[in-house]
Amino acid sequence: MSSSVNIITLTIDEKQVGARENQTILEVARENGVEIPTMCELKGLTPSGGCRMCVVEVAGIPKLLPACMTTVSEGMVVTTNSERLKKLRKNILELFFSERNHICAVCASNGFCELQLMAQKVEMSHVHYPYLYPHCEVDASHNRFVLDHNRCILCTRCVRVCDEIEGSHTLDIKGRGIEAQVITDMDQPWGDSETCTLCGKCVHVCPTGALIERGMAVGEMSKRKQLLPYLTQMREVKT
Amino acid sequence: MTPEEFNKIGEKHRNKRDEFTHNIRVCTAAACATLKSEEVKKAFEKEVKEQDKKKTCRVSGTGCLGLCASGPLVTVNDGQALYAKVSVGDVKDIVNNIDKKPVKRLEIPADTPFFARQTKIALENCGTTDPESLEDYLALRGYESLYKVLTEKTQVEVIEEMVKSGLRGRGGGGFPVGLKWSTVYKALGDKKYVICNADEGDPGAFMDRSMLESDPHSILEGMAIAGYAVGADQGYVYIRGEYPLAIKRLRAAIRQAERNHFLGKNIFDTPFSFNVELRLGAGAFVCGEETALIASIEGKRGTPRPRPPYPAQYGLWGCPTLINNVETLSNIAPIFRKGAEYYASIGTEKSKGTKVFALAGSIKNTGLIEVPMGITLREIVFDIGGGILGDKKFKAVQTGGPSGGCIPEQFLDMPVDYESLAGVGSIMGSGGMIVMDETSCMIDVAKYFMDFCKSESCGKCVPCRVGTAQMHRLLVLISEGKASMRDFELLEELCDVVKSTSLCGLGMTAPNPVLSTIRYFKDEYIAHIVDKVCPAGVCVMESKEEVVL
Repeated sequence: MSSSVNIITLTIDEKQVGARENQTILEVARENGVEIPTMCELKGLTPSGGCRMCVVEVAGIPKLLPACMTTVSEGMVVTTNSERLKKLRKNILELFFSERNHICAVCASNGFCELQLMAQKVEMSHVHYPYLYPHCEVDASHNRFVLDHNRCILCTRCVRVCDEIEGSHTLDIKGRGIEAQVITDMDQPWGDSETCTLCGKCVHVCPTGALIERGMAVGEMSKRKQLLPYLTQMREVKT
Repeated sequence: MTPEEFNKIGEKHRNKRDEFTHNIRVCTAAACATLKSEEVKKAFEKEVKEQDKKKTCRVSGTGCLGLCASGPLVTVNDGQALYAKVSVGDVKDIVNNIDKKPVKRLEIPADTPFFARQTKIALENCGTTDPESLEDYLALRGYESLYKVLTEKTQVEVIEEMVKSGLRGRGGGGFPVGLKWSTVYKALGDKKYVICNADEGDPGAFMDRSMLESDPHSILEGMAIAGYAVGADQGYVYIRGEYPLAIKRLRAAIRQAERNHFLGKNIFDTPFSFNVELRLGAGAFVCGEETALIASIEGKRGTPRPRPPYPAQYGLWGCPTLINNVETLSNIAPIFRKGAEYYASIGTEKSKGTKVFALAGSIKNTGLIEVPMGITLREIVFDIGGGILGDKKFKAVQTGGPSGGCIPEQFLDMPVDYESLAGVGSIMGSGGMIVMDETSCMIDVAKYFMDFCKSESCGKCVPCRVGTAQMHRLLVLISEGKASMRDFELLEELCDVVKSTSLCGLGMTAPNPVLSTIRYFKDEYIAHIVDKVCPAGVCVMESKEEVVL
């Protein structure tokens, strides 16, 4: 690491902390024991800034900024847990739940699901937006993995891991807005994919039960996310 | 190239134009073209030939003349006579009377408020030049500003001139142009880019299209000046694929400019080189957002990313990038031709110059107008616009498209500038202005714009993706008379969530049409929800239908 990176100080939740200039608010917060909820962020992948769970208030800036993609600056005053932020996070999480068909009782990831855990973390008691109940397909054409669009929250972790770490870019997104959907290859069944290397990274970075291993029953699909930092490290060593 | 040599080019074309005593110009921009103005133009050519007036009359196509409601439009000698709704059958009369008094039944008097109240800077050449002819543009002192800038001014001087003009970005945000240029100029990097944002997507807006169709060279000239100022040698025009005529003319203009060395390597024998390429949009509204636009040019999926870093620092392929909208760029050449002081003398204290608006909706004179900042809405709607169609009662004017809001009657005397419009819950936007009369239902309007935002959301961030879908659903319920006050509260709450947590400008401003209609027309919402009636008679109430059945 180059020694030319400046060290700065900033305030996170009334706590004075030091940081390197090129770090994000999220990184610095975590180093200092301040927990900011995240959904799409995963260490080792390029941040996307799409889930909006990690938005924080920065003094002097009228709009809320995503902690995962905002770099720190000298004298910055960051608030991560104001009442307003707590309320907005809860609302966003409710929007997550209302979007597709998240039925924990019949989900293979029940008990290991990050969406489920997040609901407990932000103390969400119920969803007060009407459920949209879209009609979603399940792609079970692959002989090792299953893609269940009903559980997908479009965090794009799978898309990013497939592109950035595995390098095969099998997964991508099609469509816009509420119609957006994860696809494999050129929107072909996963089983027919010619680019998929069967590595399974997508399954293990998926926060919900949208990507699971074939044959998993309710509450069996635990994910191994610890593989990712290791792989990223290997990539950095190589380059 | 010496100044004498350059002046000669313009003079040559001016002389050529002056050889004719009569210039007949037929509008060939999209609105008139759909009314078969090409046939009218051909009829003129034929008639002039038959009457043996070919030596004195020049027939040419021209850009938008503004009054799109009365097309096809024809001018004789740039304003000596203006004819509306000209059909092939009228051509003979006009050519017969070309030396005499204008034909009364077709003529629009020159002192009509629609024309008399406008100040044309960005649209200066629209209607007086053939958009497909470089010669015409040169005759009107085209590329003179670029020549002056390249041979007489340093980069810093150019930026200072822009700061002095007080021009603000015309794409919607209103960011000071001089400041934006100086940030890109100061950004470190060997390679820099200039992008012209021509991805005009607001429903009811057609300013950029008209400008590109009417005067493509002025935009190229503006881009080249911007490129010189910030130190870029490559420009891109990101234009929506739905504008085939604009694309065709812009393409032709780029070719002409390259062939005549107004673009390309060592322009006017100076060290400055600048190339312009076209990139076509594929129909996504969100690609008008600058970071999504950059992703789209790079060949990626058109989704925005959080800012900062702003494109001025980290833009196209990671290089410092200047992004200006079509109207902003079309103001550049006139500013350098007429001087920054002149430009700054027009308008209000904080909003200088003029603004182009596309008048649409329930208004008599639909079309393209350019007015000084600070003009009141009443003047625009009732003087220039000629009032409401069918002399109905005015209800509201919608500015800024799906990111803007509805402005009710009590603000009609408010001056039009960035701050005032923002103050009443709307935005200046890119210039779409939709006038609504008493037969419009505001819930229906809000529903329409929310439907637009819902289907144009890219789907990257949750509040915009799901929030707009939820809001649209609630608005449908309200318009069908199936909603309760609880739903109304939910709608208000969602407006706040989507507005404050969305990733890009699309999501952050998507609730504006709802918020502004709630602010000024809350009684209509209550009527739909509590009384189950639509005061304007637009929405079909479910419960009433049942009674009829």
